[in-house]
Amino acid sequence: MTKKRKPISTESEWTFDLIQEYDHEIGRIAESFRLDTYPNQIEIITAEQMLDAYSSVGMPVGYNHWTYGKHFVSNEQKYKRGHMGLAYEIVINSDPCIAYLMEENTMTMQALVIAHACYGHNSFFKGNYLFKTWTDASSIIDYLVFAKNYITHCEERYGIDEVENLLDSCHALMNYGVDRYKRPYPISAAEEKQRQKEREEYLQKQVNELWHTIPKMIDKDEPEKEIHFPGEPQENILYFIEKNAPLLEPWQREIVRIVRKIAQYFYPQRQTQVMNEGWATFWHYTLLNQLYDEGLANDGFIMEFLQSHTSVVYQPPFDSPYYSGINPYALGFNMMRDIRRICESPTAEDKKWFPDIAGSDWLTTLHFAMANFKDESYIQQFLSPKMIREFKLFSILDDDHKKDLEVTAIHDDHGYQVVREKLSQQYNLSMNEPNIQVYNVDVRGDRSLTLRHVQHNRRPLEKDNTIDVLKHLRNLWGFDVHLESHQQGEVSETYHCTEDKINLDTPETDS
Amino acid sequence: MSYIVDRRLNGKNKSTVNRQRFLRRYRKDIKKAVDDAVTKRSITDIDSGESVSIPKKDLSEPAFHHGKGGIRDMIHPGNKEFAQGDKIPRPQEGSGSGGGEGDASDSGEGIDEFVFQISQDEFLEFLFDGLELPNLVKRQLQGTESFKYVRAGIINDGNPTKLNIVRSMRQATSRRIALTAPSRRKIKEYLEEIAELESLEEALRDNDRLLFLRIEVDKLQKKIKRIPFIDDFDLRYNHHIKQPLPSSKAVMFCIMDVSGSMNQAMKDMAKRFFILLYMFLKRNYDKIEVVFIRHHTSAKEVDEEEFFYSRETGGTIVSSALKLMREIMVERYPASEWNIYGAQASDGDNWNDDSPSCKKILVEDILPQCQYFSYIEITPRRHQALWREYETIMESLDYFSMQQISDPSDIYPVFRELFQKKPA
Repeated sequence: MTKKRKPISTESEWTFDLIQEYDHEIGRIAESFRLDTYPNQIEIITAEQMLDAYSSVGMPVGYNHWTYGKHFVSNEQKYKRGHMGLAYEIVINSDPCIAYLMEENTMTMQALVIAHACYGHNSFFKGNYLFKTWTDASSIIDYLVFAKNYITHCEERYGIDEVENLLDSCHALMNYGVDRYKRPYPISAAEEKQRQKEREEYLQKQVNELWHTIPKMIDKDEPEKEIHFPGEPQENILYFIEKNAPLLEPWQREIVRIVRKIAQYFYPQRQTQVMNEGWATFWHYTLLNQLYDEGLANDGFIMEFLQSHTSVVYQPPFDSPYYSGINPYALGFNMMRDIRRICESPTAEDKKWFPDIAGSDWLTTLHFAMANFKDESYIQQFLSPKMIREFKLFSILDDDHKKDLEVTAIHDDHGYQVVREKLSQQYNLSMNEPNIQVYNVDVRGDRSLTLRHVQHNRRPLEKDNTIDVLKHLRNLWGFDVHLESHQQGEVSETYHCTEDKINLDTPETDS
Repeated sequence: MSYIVDRRLNGKNKSTVNRQRFLRRYRKDIKKAVDDAVTKRSITDIDSGESVSIPKKDLSEPAFHHGKGGIRDMIHPGNKEFAQGDKIPRPQEGSGSGGGEGDASDSGEGIDEFVFQISQDEFLEFLFDGLELPNLVKRQLQGTESFKYVRAGIINDGNPTKLNIVRSMRQATSRRIALTAPSRRKIKEYLEEIAELESLEEALRDNDRLLFLRIEVDKLQKKIKRIPFIDDFDLRYNHHIKQPLPSSKAVMFCIMDVSGSMNQAMKDMAKRFFILLYMFLKRNYDKIEVVFIRHHTSAKEVDEEEFFYSRETGGTIVSSALKLMREIMVERYPASEWNIYGAQASDGDNWNDDSPSCKKILVEDILPQCQYFSYIEITPRRHQALWREYETIMESLDYFSMQQISDPSDIYPVFRELFQKKPA
């Protein structure tokens, strides 16, 4: 037992000195658990500022757009009426790592947030492979400033409406503006600015080149050879637009690029929700308990902490009125704890399921899990039968060709594998988002763009949204846009978006 | 290493621009809410904020989503009674376990309207959006009858009362310093030489030189004395220039007919109109005064309370009110200082012989001094003599206008009509 020391604080009021002291102690303990972090920048803000931070979806510097205003108005409204509490913290994947602490929090809550955000999330941002490969923590703030200034400049020059329309169109396709497999170039504000001009000219030439070839191809003697552009289907629709849309002005391409870069920056966060929150929650729990064990926190502190901790990791059952899907905090936290348990005191079942990690050093294993997985693979790899039993997970099959829903698996020996597999798929972003790619451009004809949607499990597109998105895409592309929805190799639906109308064909199917 | 930064004093209105963008985008909806509010509200709180609702559908931002149908596998927690292979009847639309899908889109929350508040300022902004005071510019150019003197630095000549003593003395001192500098330098040199010569033994002194030096010093000192202490060209005067003073004060004359034929509902309509006008002027002028005139067969200047609430009956002689207005204008509100607005509300009844004289007073005495004069006829019936007389004025003058109101929902549209921005 470490020798008891005097608690850091006994009151619920916080002061800057106390925050500093807590941060120092938590940092010391975090280091002993080998948590490697960016330097922390802890910012104390008021509730109003928190509302501001909310509406800019976690970007400390955001360009101006009505959608952020909408978020702000709605959050403000809910907050003022008491429908919604504010998050205790917001943390930004940057170097130094910026964490916002709210003025209204008690000392205990501030300590909790410091442990959660400044050491939990922070070390995740620095250690996880997705963040390492896809984001540049050191340059993001600079880039956001560049983006904001550039867009303001465009507004002054081309008018607010023009820019707003363009951004609306880009936002509609934001989820299709990410590279899933290819590492993008690192971004740096200085270079970005410097190269932006060159890129402008170069891009414009490239685009024109593509269309130059059109008249030459009409030759009757040669047998019709189908030219296909793009050569391979393209999953990054915004990138395709930026490089190939024939009618965009250079500044418009730059804005498409900005939206794309920001989408890419957030992409890893969307893929690691369970892990990221689980990791941060696991560490605030572990760090603060350690603080208590060392006598640096008193009973009141730990009670208040546990009260708020347990409400964060509560998982309501499916039939509860509070149920809204699986709570990523609960799942992530419990899995992290479970991995530690498997390492420290494995049962026979664990040894059978996890021969590699059962009995290994828990800290090394946990760091390995944090660094090398995303939600999908993390669940596939580490969800243990014990967890499935504890959560009482079960799988429901909803097939619109059958009359009833069917329970396909529950927490029993036959079900563990199935549940694990299905839950993992549930966190696979490429399954959750419709698989849509740029398939063809009619280079010789009307320049129309064709997208191809490949249905997974016969799941169709939601029609109203699809029509609206296609209108935006048409706005960017400048010519007609078609979308073919494929079901097991057959076209089941086709959307056509032309200048003045949009229509949807559904060929008769005998299903 | 951690840095702790106190950001609490930083601006908290980072979202203001975005909020404005949002309002800008949904102008149409907000304007409609404002328009509705104006007719629905009680008169006293006409200028408070308002809640605006916009259909959720218009607000959503589209993205590709999966629609209903196909095969879906979902994992849920908290199994109590199910076993593998159990069949559950499909729940009705939008409830039960089917509703708990992982990425339930935020558009499907079942709330159809997005409701939010706009502030009082924003309310007025939307209320008077696109309106302008007619004739404002013209008067400001014309209204150069009043001036204001403002200081405009220092000049070299002017009249004695504007002499700036400090600046003049400073000028004199510097002139004296400048002019006497060479002489004083020489005197200093000579005096040093004299002191040096005098310190020598009597026999060694160059007495001629000493005498010469003493005479020179004397001469130079006289020369310094001859430089005047103050000279004409040292004098500096405060400069004032005359600036035309655009009249920024306004007075509004509210003239209302309270004869027996005007019932309470008509008076309420008149009052709403006057309040709108009052708020509109308040936004345009630093200072605004309101003169309330009510009339039946004779006119009287009253306070607001009496204007709107006390009842009187009797016949109607409109010209009595116009005569009173003319008197008050001459007495208290000279057109050189005041922007004068007139608004008259009546049900159109008038003593038959009186209408031509109304026209005469208006055209000859009142309208030439006015920025704008509007006449509102509150009647569902056909027009009478007064309207026809006024019609002839409207044809010849562009800052006179008239409109008819037959029920409360007409007020705001009519108001907008009257003050609509006209292309220059």
